[in-house]
Amino acid sequence: MSTDKTFGDYGGQYVPESLMPAIEELTDAYERYVLDNEDGFMDEFYRRLADFGGRPLPLQYAESLSERYDTDVYLKREDLLHGGAHKLNNALGQVLLAKYMGKERIIAETGAGQHGTATAMAAAHLDMPCEIYMGETDIRRQRPNVFRMKTNGSEVTPVTTGRGTLKEAISETMRDWATTVEHTHYVIGSVVGPHPFPRMVRDFQAVISEEVREQVQEKAGRLPDAVLACAGGGSNTMGTFHHFVDDEDVGLSAVEAGGSSLAVDEEAGVAPNSASLSTGEEGVLHGARTKLLQDSHGQIMESHSVSAGLDYAGVGPELAHLVDEGRVDAVNVDDDSALEAFHRLSQDEGVIPALETAHAFGYLEQHHDELGDVVVVNVSGRGDKDLETVLEETEKRDLDVAPDMSVLRETGGGGGI
Amino acid sequence: MGLERVFADEPAFVPYVAAGDPSYEESLEYVEALERGGADVIELGLPFSEPIAEGSTIQGAVVRSLEAGMTPERYFAFVEDLDVGVPLVCMTYYNLVYQYTHPETGETGPRAFARRAAEAGIEGFVVVDLPAEEAGPLREACDEFGQDLVFIIAPTTRGDRLDRMREHVSGYVYVQARLGVTGARDDVSGQTEASLARVADWDVPKAVGFGIKTGDHAERIVAAGADGVIVGSALVDIVAEGHEEGQPTAEVVQRLESKARELKQGALAGARARAGVDGS
Ligand SMILES: Cc1ncc(COP(=O)(O)O)c(C=O)c1O
Repeated sequence: MSTDKTFGDYGGQYVPESLMPAIEELTDAYERYVLDNEDGFMDEFYRRLADFGGRPLPLQYAESLSERYDTDVYLKREDLLHGGAHKLNNALGQVLLAKYMGKERIIAETGAGQHGTATAMAAAHLDMPCEIYMGETDIRRQRPNVFRMKTNGSEVTPVTTGRGTLKEAISETMRDWATTVEHTHYVIGSVVGPHPFPRMVRDFQAVISEEVREQVQEKAGRLPDAVLACAGGGSNTMGTFHHFVDDEDVGLSAVEAGGSSLAVDEEAGVAPNSASLSTGEEGVLHGARTKLLQDSHGQIMESHSVSAGLDYAGVGPELAHLVDEGRVDAVNVDDDSALEAFHRLSQDEGVIPALETAHAFGYLEQHHDELGDVVVVNVSGRGDKDLETVLEETEKRDLDVAPDMSVLRETGGGGGI
Repeated sequence: MGLERVFADEPAFVPYVAAGDPSYEESLEYVEALERGGADVIELGLPFSEPIAEGSTIQGAVVRSLEAGMTPERYFAFVEDLDVGVPLVCMTYYNLVYQYTHPETGETGPRAFARRAAEAGIEGFVVVDLPAEEAGPLREACDEFGQDLVFIIAPTTRGDRLDRMREHVSGYVYVQARLGVTGARDDVSGQTEASLARVADWDVPKAVGFGIKTGDHAERIVAAGADGVIVGSALVDIVAEGHEEGQPTAEVVQRLESKARELKQGALAGARARAGVDGS
């Protein structure tokens, strides 16, 4: 079996020659183990996802939100996956694949620290040494996840170039891989990078929509009118959409980070958002042709989002293709609306979402009357990692739904958690 | 005749620097110094914001050049302003080629880029993140404008892949001496001889790069069978130090020129050693 390297015009394998042999080897392993279930690889993957990861995960009817929006809202609870985000689906799949391939070491980049955490857990679980590259800025804003990775026995290496976020972390991990490629597997954290990563990561994450498709028919008696997921690189997005792509009547919306503004400062090389699907231009970054935030010369812009996991100038090539085809709607929600949605879901449903996830709920708040009668929202992760950031960012703003945090100040506990 | 001509009579010294590092004016003088020191072809970097194959030395050059305002258009103006007689090769990453808009024709993409480069006098390209499989459009443009598209052969390029790569070479083949990213090293990689041996029967000049720092390294690599040595970080280190320590431009020019001479002399000594062995 030979898989397509592209999705329409997007995708491909734009990497230095030193990595090409490893990518060919990985493509072969992907086709044999993942697509053809050689040696029972996929059986073992599903078994470990169940026993170690806790799958299957519930599709929960959201009573308050359904009432608020007069629409049946269902939550896919990926926040309940071991590690607290959808990321383990992919990390476990790739670390297991690395084992089948005879690799001896795991490396990964991380933005929010969720992928790093998931990879560190999977590596500990499968007894592989692991090193995680993380931008300095992200280390500062996602401290609990840094502790978790260290606790699982991984090395965490700070990346100091550029703004010190996800883009730089990916570049640095690629540099490590170029040096250690013969015995190391790079567990990329989203549906980005050179073929076969976008396809393979999607296939590992597709367990989400495989479950949702069955669960929603059981609970609502039919397919949903709309499925919403936040999109950084787009792995929870593609995972949640995949088994609905052929159902033309199911609307699919990828919710990107609108940051503080969609305007771009070309002079400074900064786009204060991460809305690459909505506003980006086609280009080549980190191994794939896709939509990118870049200046008119092709230099990559520094992106911004209050959520580290969405803070990336690129996006998965398949998602870019589905947007161009008109199959997926690219929409976005700004920092303020995401923070409000974070508080609303926490208060109304008792679910504290990741800031990334909160973007999807911000979109639901703004557009619920256009989405139909049955809506599924993917809760890609839980928000424990974000509490420090949320506290800080909420204090700076005048948000209607924010809780009163004065108790922390009165007891002298403000600041650290 | 393409770039292979510069390797015909003696081993070539092929320096790399980033255009515009640390400023347009200084960089012009630095490139000219490299020619005086013995450069036979110059790989002139057009900096890209995400240099994934570069170590910290060349990452630093990229940052300095971009901060000083380098753009593809200024790069071509730079090439036109340069007063050198040796061939120039543009070393860059694919997104800049892909996004390029020709200022006069309005055409975009690889053909527009190759055309503008040809107008400026660029004779070839090394595009770090463009493996042979994705290179079709740029190769066609190179054929049209009479330029070489140089490919890198890595220590991991073996077996079938090596045979497939062989069909794509043009100008010279860039033999990557070791795995990893660019950066000057204190030793000669043990992988070098094995890498050269894999392409020994290829009918193109072999230039070895990655980690070469001294005349002695250059000598050993040419003695081992290379037709040329590519040196980047060891030169960029001189530019960086000059910039950080506020050295006068003339002093940096002197140091670059003498480093270039050392490397070229090393390469020539390597050729003599090889001739001696061959002749005995
Ligand atoms: C909880 C959560 N959701 C979403 C994302 C965004 O990634 P992707 O777009 O690949 O799903 C992240 C990334 O770190 C995350 O931690």
